[in-house]
Amino acid sequence: MAAALSIRELRKTYKNGMEALKGISLDVEEGDFFALLGPNGAGKSTTLGIVSSLVNKSSGSVRIFGHDLDTQLAQAKMCLGVVPQEFNFNQFEKVYDILETQAGFYGIAAPKARDTIERLLHELGLWDKRHVQARTLSGGMKRRLMIARALVHHPKLLILDEPTAGVDVELRRSMWKFMQDINRAGTTIILTTHYLEEAEALCRNIAIIDGGTILENTSKRDLLRKLHLETFLLDVREPLAQVPDLKGVTARLTQEGNLEVDIQAGQTLNQVFGELTQLGIEVTSMRAKSNRLEELFLSLTE
Amino acid sequence: MGFRAIWVAYTTLVTKEVRRFMRIWPQTLLPPAITMALYFVIFGNLIGSRIGEMGGYRYMEFIVPGLIMMSVITNSYSNVASSFFSTKFQHSIEELLVSPVPNWTILAGYVTGGVARGLAVGLIVTLLALFFSDLRVQHLALTVAMVVLTAVLFSLGGFLNALFARTFDDVSIVPTFVLTPLTYLGGVFYSIALLPEVWQKLSMANPILYMVNAFRYGILGVSDIPVGAAFAMVVGFILVMFSVALYVLNRGIGIRH
Repeated sequence: MAAALSIRELRKTYKNGMEALKGISLDVEEGDFFALLGPNGAGKSTTLGIVSSLVNKSSGSVRIFGHDLDTQLAQAKMCLGVVPQEFNFNQFEKVYDILETQAGFYGIAAPKARDTIERLLHELGLWDKRHVQARTLSGGMKRRLMIARALVHHPKLLILDEPTAGVDVELRRSMWKFMQDINRAGTTIILTTHYLEEAEALCRNIAIIDGGTILENTSKRDLLRKLHLETFLLDVREPLAQVPDLKGVTARLTQEGNLEVDIQAGQTLNQVFGELTQLGIEVTSMRAKSNRLEELFLSLTE
Repeated sequence: MGFRAIWVAYTTLVTKEVRRFMRIWPQTLLPPAITMALYFVIFGNLIGSRIGEMGGYRYMEFIVPGLIMMSVITNSYSNVASSFFSTKFQHSIEELLVSPVPNWTILAGYVTGGVARGLAVGLIVTLLALFFSDLRVQHLALTVAMVVLTAVLFSLGGFLNALFARTFDDVSIVPTFVLTPLTYLGGVFYSIALLPEVWQKLSMANPILYMVNAFRYGILGVSDIPVGAAFAMVVGFILVMFSVALYVLNRGIGIRH
């Protein structure tokens, strides 16, 4: 079975001499929920731009479900839906017309597209706005409109370039659920995001790119295993006056008298809890101090 | 994409383009109607009555074909130039670029949109002209063929302009500094027989002269130039400009990084 996306030795040098991609190779399996992460200017947008035919590559190859962009461009494009980072629809067109036009560009006549358009408008909460000009929508609605537009031709591979940038927490959660639902229904998803908790919550496999090179490309589980240290905040019932003596664990007090402990790879929290119980210290709640993926990301890209 | 899917994509693009210029009709259809009505009143009626005959016809009758052609030229050009540049500017061109629509279909769609606007304005101006003159078309097929080919040619010109344009200024430079002078000097208001010999020869290098005269021949039956040469030239220009536009599109110049 062909990979949903297969990239080989992809290079891109812009006219100003900037080498954005230095021969990256990448595979995304069918059905995956894949994150492509990297700091600004790392090469994410260039990679996705080449896959979407918006950027000309310098060399290398890209295949979408086995269709080579150089020789089977139309077939490759039929498999692909793209949700870009910036709003890129005609702001003066009506919501329904934007979707109907996009379906037409994929050879789907208006009567045939109607059911899909209506379903997407309902699922993405845009049905009541179907007859208004796109410019009157809120930022979150515009993002959902771009998702609906990308799905109107039933693509097998969906690229989401920072789909939840600038949307509120509630809406972000509902968009996460929508993305998980369409992934479960069989659509392969490639996501870029600056919210690393989003990648950690949604994705099964992750690639980290920086300086035009892939630094990591593995499963989320394997990636998180590479963390050597994780810090937890333990809220205690009675504020502590001094740091308790915990064997093999570095601990600190917070200003509120709670405990902050560093757990090394291979250590367990059971040991810490056991010692705290022996010392008569009751823990009422616990949370990780920072996003685990974020720590790893920073350590790789710094 | 199969033929049926390409046809759907083409009609979708044309519908989008026609819907665009109809939606903003106060900017696209009304101004040329008002401008041409003023030309008819001032040049045709007030000044024309003192000029007398030109090419064997009343001055008003002489300038009507030229003014219709002038409105077709400027509107087909500006429709494609502004519409395609706006899609670049707003990045909505990406809707087309990520889709499987072949480049020649994109080009054909935009050109058809430009032709539709050019002909729509041409029709409005023709209807207005009926209030001022008694239009009797001598060669209907030739007249229609020339106006359609001219609209195609200038739609292609507008498309090329928009492809290379980086700012809105770039879209207005060609119409202001090239199209308008060539149109005014293209025999819209006078027969080149009135000019000194050297200017007559120079005028023959102006392609718009051929189109205006061929169109005038279709309506009035008089022309300063051989009509066959006009058709050959227009068709030749269309083939060259279509090929250039398609080449530029395929290379992604002006639309892809």
